[in-house]
Amino acid sequence: MSRDTRGEIAAANRRRYEELRAAGQGDAVKSLPELTARDTAPIAPQAIISTDDVPAGWYATIQLRRGEALRIVDTTGRSSVAMIGWRQEDTSERINCADTVKVQWTAALAKGRVILSDMGRVFMSLIEDTSGAHDVLVGGSTPASTLAAHGAPSRNSHENFLAAAAKLGLGLRDIPPCVTFFAPVSLDPAGRFLWDAGRKQPGDFVDLRAEMNVSVVLSNCAHPLDPAMPAASGPVTLIRHRAPLAAPDDPCRTLSPEMVRAFAFTDRLFA
Amino acid sequence: MTSPSVTPPLDISSASYAMDVPAERPWSRIIKRGQTLRIIDSEGQQAVDALLYCCDDPAERYSAQDTLRVQGSAYIDLGTRLVSNRGRVMATITADTCGRHDTSAGCCSCESNAVRFGEATRYQHACRENFILELSKYGLSKRDIVANLNFFMNVPIDPAGNFTVVDGISAPGNYVDITAEIDVIFVISNCPQINNPCNDFNPTPIRVLVWDAPAV
Repeated sequence: MSRDTRGEIAAANRRRYEELRAAGQGDAVKSLPELTARDTAPIAPQAIISTDDVPAGWYATIQLRRGEALRIVDTTGRSSVAMIGWRQEDTSERINCADTVKVQWTAALAKGRVILSDMGRVFMSLIEDTSGAHDVLVGGSTPASTLAAHGAPSRNSHENFLAAAAKLGLGLRDIPPCVTFFAPVSLDPAGRFLWDAGRKQPGDFVDLRAEMNVSVVLSNCAHPLDPAMPAASGPVTLIRHRAPLAAPDDPCRTLSPEMVRAFAFTDRLFA
Repeated sequence: MTSPSVTPPLDISSASYAMDVPAERPWSRIIKRGQTLRIIDSEGQQAVDALLYCCDDPAERYSAQDTLRVQGSAYIDLGTRLVSNRGRVMATITADTCGRHDTSAGCCSCESNAVRFGEATRYQHACRENFILELSKYGLSKRDIVANLNFFMNVPIDPAGNFTVVDGISAPGNYVDITAEIDVIFVISNCPQINNPCNDFNPTPIRVLVWDAPAV
């Protein structure tokens, strides 16, 4: 390949990148749905499959089929819920925080966004969300972080994930970076992490629609950046319910060219 | 953005190992406790994806989230301690003439390229292919690939959360030194990405050097 040809390809690739960036950080952001009001979006009783109350410090593993969704409710407004998950049929496919932020051009997960798997597919979609205050960068609590915060080791997400993984025949090798809901982490211009407690309210919830058959672990432990530790905890409610598949005009699917492709690749698993 | 070294610069002639890693290729080596690995961005603006595994138990490996939590900030630079998924310091950044490295953007894969840039890019070489091939030498596989380090990759995250791979700031010859605190398998993919600015749309070779622990 000649130097001129390589230069032309590089220039074309740069143009495509800048066009995708302009769309991903412009039109896509403007097209995001409004956050859900806390007193709206009730789940019809006949759609509910099961309900679990998870005490502070504990975890639950939930199996969701495509066509189902999980509502996580932070009843007291004091909890954060860290999540990892795998595709049921091939647990080497799992949530991928890096691809989630890179492909969507944002670390700000909120209603209308998705969590991607490492295989270029949509793992779950955020179809309802009252807070838009979730963390994908810092991760969950660990023995070291709780020791530093409380002066004594306490229950933490790292050990919860290990225990939950073991009950599925998985281990430390299988624990990917986690997403944490109700964790209002942002960055200052220098890149230091900030916690904005004002973005947490009692009754905050998210609905995560499974786009493939998944096993997810939810760990109800204080986020390591939450300054309210160790009081930063309360029970959370998990409601597994039936949800319609993403329609052709679904707002998550149509948000950007990248999402159109990610949903199409996911649909192929079930074609 | 250039940061000074904390220790006197290492003497190139005293390195115990040196290797040029061609553009787009993987590399790995066991780096013993006390040894220092230098990665040189020979031609500039070249992203170098990296993963570390504990030699004694490779289930213990580099953890981007643990590293950022302990540090309290989002970027890798001089003095950053690279923390494992068991909370141990695996290595420390002991010199850095670039000043900006990422650990949140992960590695490119055929699958994520197809989502980001279109179906045709599924058939371009990617870092995850390199990692899979190199990790196979140690009995490790795709499930062992976690969020990696991206040396010389410039990924600002703004206060609104905008997350963007932008042009690298590393000049030809910029380097980063990583000193091992425990024995690690150090795995590199010299990034082949041609669809975003992490390599200036033109992947180039890098050079790696290793120094033994200084005599006490």
